[in-house]
This record gives sequence, structure tokens and C-alpha cells, in this order.
Amino acid sequence: MSTGEKFIQMVIAIAVFFAVVAVILLLTQRLRSRRGELVQSAAFVLPALALIGVGLLYPAVTTIYQSFLDRSGDAAVGFDNYKTIFTDSDQLIVLRNTAAWVILVPILSTVIGLVYAVLVDRSRFEKVAKALIFLPMAISLVGASIIWRFVYDYHDKSQTQIGIANAVIKGLGFDTYKFILNDPWNTIFLIIVMIWVQAGFAMVILSASIKAIPDDIVEAARLDGVGGFRMFRYITVPSIRPSLIVVLTTISITTLKAFDIVRTMTGGNFDTSVLAYQFYREYFVSANQGLATAIATLIFVLVMPIVIYNVRQMRKLEAR
Amino acid sequence: MRSRKTRRGMAVAAALVSAGLVLAGCGGSDDGGSGEASGKSPGEGKAECEQLTQFGDLTGKDVTVYTSIVAPEDKPHIDSWKVFEDCTGADVKYEGSKEFETQLQVRVQSGNPPDIAYVPQPGLLQTLVGTGKVVEAPDTVSANVDKWFGEDWRSYGSVDGKLYAAPLGANVKSFVWYSPKMFSENGWEIPTTWDDMLALSDTIAATGIKPWCAGIESGEATGWPATDWLEDVLLRSVGPDVYDQWVAHEIPFNDPAVVESLDNVGAILKNDKYVNGGIGDVSSIATTAFQDGGLPILDGKCALHRQASFYAANWPEGTDVSENGDVFAFYLPAMGDEFGNPVLGGGEFVAAFSDAIEVQAFQTYLSSDQWANEKAKATPNGGWVSANKGLDIANLASPVDKLSGEILQDPDAVFRFDGSDMMPGEVGAGSFWKEMTNWITGESTQDALDKIESSWP
Repeated sequence: MSTGEKFIQMVIAIAVFFAVVAVILLLTQRLRSRRGELVQSAAFVLPALALIGVGLLYPAVTTIYQSFLDRSGDAAVGFDNYKTIFTDSDQLIVLRNTAAWVILVPILSTVIGLVYAVLVDRSRFEKVAKALIFLPMAISLVGASIIWRFVYDYHDKSQTQIGIANAVIKGLGFDTYKFILNDPWNTIFLIIVMIWVQAGFAMVILSASIKAIPDDIVEAARLDGVGGFRMFRYITVPSIRPSLIVVLTTISITTLKAFDIVRTMTGGNFDTSVLAYQFYREYFVSANQGLATAIATLIFVLVMPIVIYNVRQMRKLEAR
Repeated sequence: MRSRKTRRGMAVAAALVSAGLVLAGCGGSDDGGSGEASGKSPGEGKAECEQLTQFGDLTGKDVTVYTSIVAPEDKPHIDSWKVFEDCTGADVKYEGSKEFETQLQVRVQSGNPPDIAYVPQPGLLQTLVGTGKVVEAPDTVSANVDKWFGEDWRSYGSVDGKLYAAPLGANVKSFVWYSPKMFSENGWEIPTTWDDMLALSDTIAATGIKPWCAGIESGEATGWPATDWLEDVLLRSVGPDVYDQWVAHEIPFNDPAVVESLDNVGAILKNDKYVNGGIGDVSSIATTAFQDGGLPILDGKCALHRQASFYAANWPEGTDVSENGDVFAFYLPAMGDEFGNPVLGGGEFVAAFSDAIEVQAFQTYLSSDQWANEKAKATPNGGWVSANKGLDIANLASPVDKLSGEILQDPDAVFRFDGSDMMPGEVGAGSFWKEMTNWITGESTQDALDKIESSWP
């Protein structure tokens, strides 16, 4: 099908939809009563609900169902797949790594973003400084991973170094280090990539909300003799608390879904795999449907409370 | 009142636009099914189009091709299709991915397969045929395969006796790359037996260079070069018959013979005196890209690198790849006279997910002697051969390819297909790769083989 045909098809589809909506409008506009309004809203909400059902609920329910079946989805195995996740030594390392990611990335990104935002606030070179730390956000995670793989490149001390990290280490006279290989620290070096990308996001959001702190509060505090660190601790942080939580939770969710970095930098080797990548590998490489869907369900269960909390916080923020 | 009306109008408009987008997204493309040849072929009357005119006029038709071959090796492929495009008018769209093995399955399972995929593993082909999405090869292709390929190659592309995928390219894996200049300067001889090779390694190690270099990092496929090592050694120590049993899982993956073979590999790959020349210690093999694994030979920091014929494409531009040049390859020696000279190799197979006439035409073209020779001519730098008997060895560009071509067409050579490629995907493209990587970074031989055995479906 050529591009032209696709466009014609799209126009036809839109026209058909226009017609359907017009019919719904015509049919329901005469209903003026209370029930009429109900019918009217139902006519508009139902299609959306149907799409959510097909695109979201159905796959979610199927996934959860499959997680209780064996590797090919033929026989029920109860909670065996979940047992594997929490007992198998390889899977335990995956859980350990995921925990490290979820704890370190949100906290460090937010702290770095916050400190940076406070430091450059109203300074002369604020715009340049912000742009610098925000730039990594514009790079895809795969691109960032490739960049960092070069940074971490390892050659023996006697050889020419390609990676800047080892070039510096060698320049200082130490033995070069296998960043990608040495478990468990390699997970930390992968986490640094994520922080490098996410700190910019945290900084932008937090900087905006720091600027939104009313001047009278700041001035009142100054008159009371508050300055420096105490200003940060007692005025700035409490004032931007809702934004801080939104940033923390958003980065947590992103981190739970971390996949690209692990896949690009190590392919899950050298004990660096995380849940999201393990799910993909079990499903598409090991063809172990049961275990894969169990991992997917686990991610779902872990993300759920954060999402709910996040939505509530955002509502609070909007209500202000 | 007025503002309410405007707002309602806006809401309707917004709903319309978004729904329109959703619908447009749903309206997927569907390719026309199998068609009859129609129209006059644009190649009618031209000598080079003789085999293709039967498919009629295919102007405006697209064939999408998905492969694991990425730049710079993709260009010769694209160039070799020119005759097909000129003769039929069809357009071939190329897409290569390093994550081909998993991505193809993702695409097939999500209902978005390419028309044609170059599948480098018979094991993966079996999995794909199992999904029911692969279309059986048309008669024209079957006839070509009978005519131009040996019975063994036909069987690699068949599942349950039915031919699904015709062989495309081939490669010989039992090669050791070395520098002829470096060898002659030091007075080293090319070894002809396994023991000679180890003795040479010791001689080289005594001069202060680590003789062997290797790299097995390859994205999601990390570990595969190490599986070739094991297969090559196994084939040499137990012979082709036991090798076949091992591949078919008639003997366990962790059979004592396999343990011994992997230990023999370890005597080289996990020997700190032997590896990893120009890069680092043993574990650095795991993080060195396979493309970079042999490059230290050029700097004189490494002397030997076991890798397939296709490694020729990875030498930097300007490298003289010939018998007396910068680099060349010798046959990985046999371990005794018992089994002759076994050769480990691989190849790609053309699987189709559509039976449209233009796809069939393209499959037919790819399985012909004409394509094989076109491909040879389109690969001026070498690095490509085929088991196609119609391929004129003289058309092959490099000495290594000529050597490989002769080995492949030699009816007496003990050729065996890369075993990991024929095993089920869970093993051949999963645990085998992963455990060999772990083995390099410290896991014991027995543990690695036991884990692979337990992952066999």
C-alpha cells in the first residue's frame, strides 16, 4: 500500500467516524431529561472504555493468567513461576539488581537535580548551566548506553586506552578497571548512565517549582535571619515537597521499566540483568512464557502503588 | 449559552480527531495474497533476465527483507539485487538488525513479519515454521535448490521433509587468522596438526606476546564465537557422527566427551599465557566486541585469531588480506587422522512470510546460480561465499573466499553445520551463548555444560 493510499484510507476512516459521531449526536440531542444526559455521556465514554479494555485490560488479564501456566502455556503450575523468581539463584540476582536500581536512581537523580537547581538558581550563567545538565535528556537511552560503553571500554594497562574512564585511571598511574565486568559494581556503573539521563529531568521540574516559591516567604525568612543551608532545609524543601514527590515517583517508575541500558551495555550478562530485561529474555529467547509473564506481573504489582501515589500527589498539586 | 456551544463543538472536534487517529492506526496494510503472473515483464528479451520473466510485470511491488547483516556487509547484498529489480520492476527494501534473532520472533509473534528473512540458524527456522507463519518454498525455488545445492544443504532448510528456506550464503568457520608477514619475520611455520599449533603458541608466548586474541561480545548474541570454538574442537576430537548425535541431543549436552573438548578449548581461551593478546586478560574476551577480537594482529600484539571466513570484512580498509599480505587465514588443524579434515561452517536461509508473486520471484532469484555469481561480483572486497554449485570460484574476490568456496564445493570434505544454529532457540541462541560467556568469566566447564543441558526443552 502506497503512502497516498494510506492517506485516503485515513480520510475515509475519519469520515466514517465523523458520520458515526454525528448520528450519535443527532440521536441523543433531543434527550433533554436527566436520563438523556446519561445516555449521551455513555455514548461517548463507551468507545473509549472499549479501547482501554482491548488495549489494556485484556492483555493485563491474559498476562496474569499465563503466569500461572507452564513454559509453553499448556498446563497450570500454580505459583511455581513466582517461586522460581524468589528462589532461583539467577533470578535472585535480578531482584537484587532491580532493588539497587529502584533505590539508587530516583534518590541520586533527585538529590543531584535538586542541589544543582538550588546552586544555579538566579546565578549569572543559570541558562547555560541548566542546558548542560538537561542535554542528556535529549539522548535516547540506547544512544546514552553506547556512549557510556565507550567511556567504560577496557584494555589492559599496557595497551592504548579507548575509554576515557580507563584513560584517566591509567593517567593517574593505577591499573585499568573492568567496569562492565566486575560484579556487583558493574550494576552501579550502569545505574550511573540512568542517573546521567534522569538528573536533568529532576533539575528542570525542581528548578521551576523553586522559582514558584512566593517571594514574601523567602523575604520573611531572610528578615528572621535564615540563610544558606537553613533556608534550603526549612523553606525551599518544604515548599517544593509535592514536586519532589512527583519527581521521585516518576523516576522510580521509569527505573522499574529500565531495559534499554542493560540490553545495550551488557545484554544481561555478567549478573547485570533487571526485571524488565529478564522478562523480555525469558519470553523471546528462552521461550519460557510462564516465567516471563510472572516477571511481568511482578513488575506490574511493584509499579502499581507508585502510580497510585503519584496520581494522588499530582491531583493535590493541581488542586492548589 | 454561546460559550457552552463552543465548548461542545471543541469537544466533538477533539473526539473526532483522536478517534480518527486511532482508526487510522488500526487500518493496517494487507499485502495481496498469492497472485498469478500478469503483464509483460520489463526484462522481456534481455539475456540476464531469462530466469525472471516468468513472473510478469512486478512494477510498483515491494519486497521487504529483514536480516542480521548490517553495514558495511549489507551493501553487497543490496547491490546484488539490481538485476532482480531491473528485470521485474519490483522494489526490494532492506532492513538489517544486530538483534535480528530476537526481533524477528517479536515481529512474527506480533503479526508484523517481513516478506523475507535471512535466517542464519536452521534451529530458528524450525521455531519459526512451528509458528505456522512461514510459507513453504514454491516449486521454482525447490527446483533451484535441487539443481544447485547438495542434499545436506537442502535438509538444513527443510522441516519435516518440506523445504521452507533455500540456502543463501555460506561460511567456513574452521579458520585461524594470522599475519603472514609476522610469521615470516619470526620464522614461524603454519601449523598442520593440533599439537603443532599448541607448540607454536608456546613459542610465541615465550617471545612475550600473548599468541591468541578473541572477542565474544556481540550484543544479545554475546558468547557465540565461543560456541564455535567448542563445536570445532568437538568435531575434531569425536568425529562427525558423535557430533551429529550431540547436536540432535541424542547424547546429553554435558557428555564427558564434550567436557573434555571444552577443557581443550579452555587450554587456549582460558590460558593466561595465551590470551588475550593486545587487549587484556582472559575475562576481557567477554567484553571485547567480536569484530575487534582479531584486530590486535595488525599491531603485532597478537598472532592467532580463530574466526570464520566472514571475519575478512572486519579488517580495516587498506589491509592486504592474502597469502603474503598483512593477514590471512589457515585451516584450524585436525586433532588426528581418524576423521579426515572436518570443516565447521554456517550459512543463511531465505524464509518467506508471504506467498505474493513478487516474493516468490525474489526467492527464486536468490536461490539461483545467477544470484550467487551476481553476489560474488558485488562483493569486491571479499568476505562472502556460497555452497551454490553454480557459483564460479573465479568470481570470488579474495583468496580466503576462494579457499572457502573450494572447501564448500569439495564433495569429499567432512562439512558440518554450526551446531548451535541447529539446536532449539532456547539453547542455540540462549543458554549456550550465555553459559559460554559465564564460562569465560570464570564458571567451571562442568557447571556451564550442566546448566545448558538442564535448559534443553
